[in-house]
Amino acid sequence: MKQAHANIFSLLNVSKRFGDKTVLKDFTLDILKDRTTVLLGPSGCGKSTILRLCLGLTAPTQGRVLFEGAPIAPGKGDAIRRKMGYVIQDGGLFPHMTARENVCIMARYLKWPREKMAARLDELREMTNFPQDGLSSYPAQLSGGQQQRVALMRALMLDPDVLLMDEPLGALDSIIRHRLQNDLKDIFSRLRKTVVMVTHDIGEAGFFGDKVVLMRGGAIEQAGRFADLVHKPANGFVREYIAAQRGVADVLENAG
Amino acid sequence: MKNKTLFPFLFLLCALLSFAPSRVAAAGGKPVIVGSKKFTESVVLGEIVKGVTQAAGVPAIHKRQFGGTRIIWRALKEGDIDAYVDYTGTLYHEDFAGQHITTMEGLRKKLSTYGVSMAPPLGFQNNYAIAMDPRRAKKLGIRTISDLRRHPELKLGFPSEFLNRKDGWPGMRAAYALPQTPVNIDQDLAYRGLVHGSVDAVVAYTTDAEIDYYHLALLKDDLHYFPIYKGVILYRTDLEKRAPAAVRNYKRLAGRIDTAAMAAMNRAVKIDRRSESAVAAGFLKKTFGMEVAARRKSWWTAFWRYTFAHLLLVLVSLSAAIAVSVPAGILAARHGRLGQVILGAAGVLQTMPSLALFVFMIPLFGIGRAPAIAALFLYSLLPIVRNTYAGLTGIPDGVLESAEALGLPERAKLWRIKLPMAAPTILAGIKTAAVINVGTATLAALIGAGGYGEPILAGIRLDDIGLIMTGAVPAAGMALLMQYGFELVETACVSKGLRLQRTG
Ligand SMILES: Nc1ncnc2c1ncn2[C@@H]1O[C@H](COP(=O)(O)OP(=O)(O)OP(=O)(O)O)[C@@H](O)[C@H]1O
Ligand SMILES: [Mg+2]
Repeated sequence: MKQAHANIFSLLNVSKRFGDKTVLKDFTLDILKDRTTVLLGPSGCGKSTILRLCLGLTAPTQGRVLFEGAPIAPGKGDAIRRKMGYVIQDGGLFPHMTARENVCIMARYLKWPREKMAARLDELREMTNFPQDGLSSYPAQLSGGQQQRVALMRALMLDPDVLLMDEPLGALDSIIRHRLQNDLKDIFSRLRKTVVMVTHDIGEAGFFGDKVVLMRGGAIEQAGRFADLVHKPANGFVREYIAAQRGVADVLENAG
Repeated sequence: MKNKTLFPFLFLLCALLSFAPSRVAAAGGKPVIVGSKKFTESVVLGEIVKGVTQAAGVPAIHKRQFGGTRIIWRALKEGDIDAYVDYTGTLYHEDFAGQHITTMEGLRKKLSTYGVSMAPPLGFQNNYAIAMDPRRAKKLGIRTISDLRRHPELKLGFPSEFLNRKDGWPGMRAAYALPQTPVNIDQDLAYRGLVHGSVDAVVAYTTDAEIDYYHLALLKDDLHYFPIYKGVILYRTDLEKRAPAAVRNYKRLAGRIDTAAMAAMNRAVKIDRRSESAVAAGFLKKTFGMEVAARRKSWWTAFWRYTFAHLLLVLVSLSAAIAVSVPAGILAARHGRLGQVILGAAGVLQTMPSLALFVFMIPLFGIGRAPAIAALFLYSLLPIVRNTYAGLTGIPDGVLESAEALGLPERAKLWRIKLPMAAPTILAGIKTAAVINVGTATLAALIGAGGYGEPILAGIRLDDIGLIMTGAVPAAGMALLMQYGFELVETACVSKGLRLQRTG
């Protein structure tokens, strides 16, 4: 039982500076295995930087970042990253490749047999509700929602242990976003993977997050269950941040 | 670190190219290579020297139209050619200027230090003279060069060689205290300028065909400023062993071409439009009874020869430029500061006037194709390096971050992501380089590398628009074909996804 709740990532007293600009200071956070952790907070507070630290795309200025209990050794990054899937806001798809080529790029690089690749692709396509005939399209020919589905398939292709998503739905309109939220939730619960998701949207944070981490200026303001943030805010900032979300209900209320 | 491998590579490439046939041919029992400068008289004399060499039973090749005195002298000195006709005045006052050589004996001694010998003078003198329209000269009362002093408003048109050489305009202006500021005009266009009245006086040579043809007035050199220019054959001394019969024939030519005969041959080519080789063959038959086959090549043969030479220059230099500048661009994109150095160096090369770049290559690679290819290679670098750099650095961060997060190693990232995405920009750079290269390669004829520049130069020299077109039109056509070819490559190589993205 202890095993299941082990930390997949641990950030221990991490500081990150770019030049003389401090983005994270003495930041400590554990990310639980098989759970969805949501990073929430105002723009520029360091959410994307945390994902990049976890992926080993950038190194901490001070402190340590552990993946499965061990620091990410320089030079071993590629092997470790293949255990992680990463999806960014606009998908980061390779524009010169078709959807199929985008999804299969790593499998092809690792010389998977053709049948294995086709089977995995089919599985993912069904899981993400992506149309069969869209596989031969180039990113420029796909809608925003379809592009995110391709990016998700690409991230999941090697069946990674962790899925890191940086505002994956940020660029989508509300209907598509809603539909994709449902699909994602479905996928997460089916796959039982560790997910770290960055969002601006409080509703989305509550919808996905087993654990919600609310940040400000490179530090944690409150981390815990979404309900705790709403009902037991740790400070004025947390209360204000949650309250700043305008639901349909309060718009109507104010107008009426 | 890696940029250090670039220069040795360049050097090696050009060193290999300098072992092109022309170099090898200069040694052993190979043909005698005769050179000529880019004016008609020199070409006719080159044909005559070639003719008497062949008449002696020695195979000979004539490399025509070298770009200038310095270039052809250097070619002789370095053994890239074996013989050509120069003028005593040029040797005294230009090649050995400031060395106080005043006698033929002194000249012989000086030449021997370079392994070069001089046959006795051919007979004619090709001195400088100042020519004017006779009616205009009469109206202004100008009969001598001194008279020009009274007419500061007169427009003098001189070619740049005359403007720059010590025994040319600078000395003439000092000797006669002339007030005019001359304009630079190509020698081959000067007479037309005179006839059309756009210039009032030009420099002429006493053997020029046009003096008689246009009935021009020659102003008296009343202060005896202009030196004497006697035509002499210069040849590499080793010919006396390699081809003694040819050298005997060079000596037999002594005194056999007088000024009138030379002027008549010039006229036969420039005004009567006979080929230089036919005129030379006629002279040799009449004077010595030698039967020399005149060069009678069909238009098509000539065209294919030019095309082959031009294409060779372009393809070799362009492929080498691609092979060097794409990796250089990749390097530049990867290492910021080194990148600025690489781009800066390529930029400096590009600002150099193309003709100067060709001439700079001569000390390194001699005469002919090797220096031309080296110059074209250097000239093609910048567009490709710059576009490779721009293409690679223009890839959106999100794409690169995704590639890295996937765990794709650097090499695979370069080949599967970066280069395919930068391909349209890189190809556009190569296309630009190719078009510039085809155009610039027409200058290669000036350093003996042939190509479409050959008929263009001959056409300018002979005032023959048709001949100029023979070079200019195919050169333009080749540039267009290159462009079209690269567009085909682009459709074949660049992903449809990128084209869709660009059109939105
Ligand atoms: N490579 C970098 N060089 C310099 N500054 C950087 C770099 N990457 C991030 N930053 C700075 O670090 C701070 C945090 O950036 P980060 O991208 O982590 O913020 P974020 O919380 O994801 O913001 P957003 O919600 O707008 O995406 C920002 O002020 C940003 O300008
Ligand atoms: Mg961010």
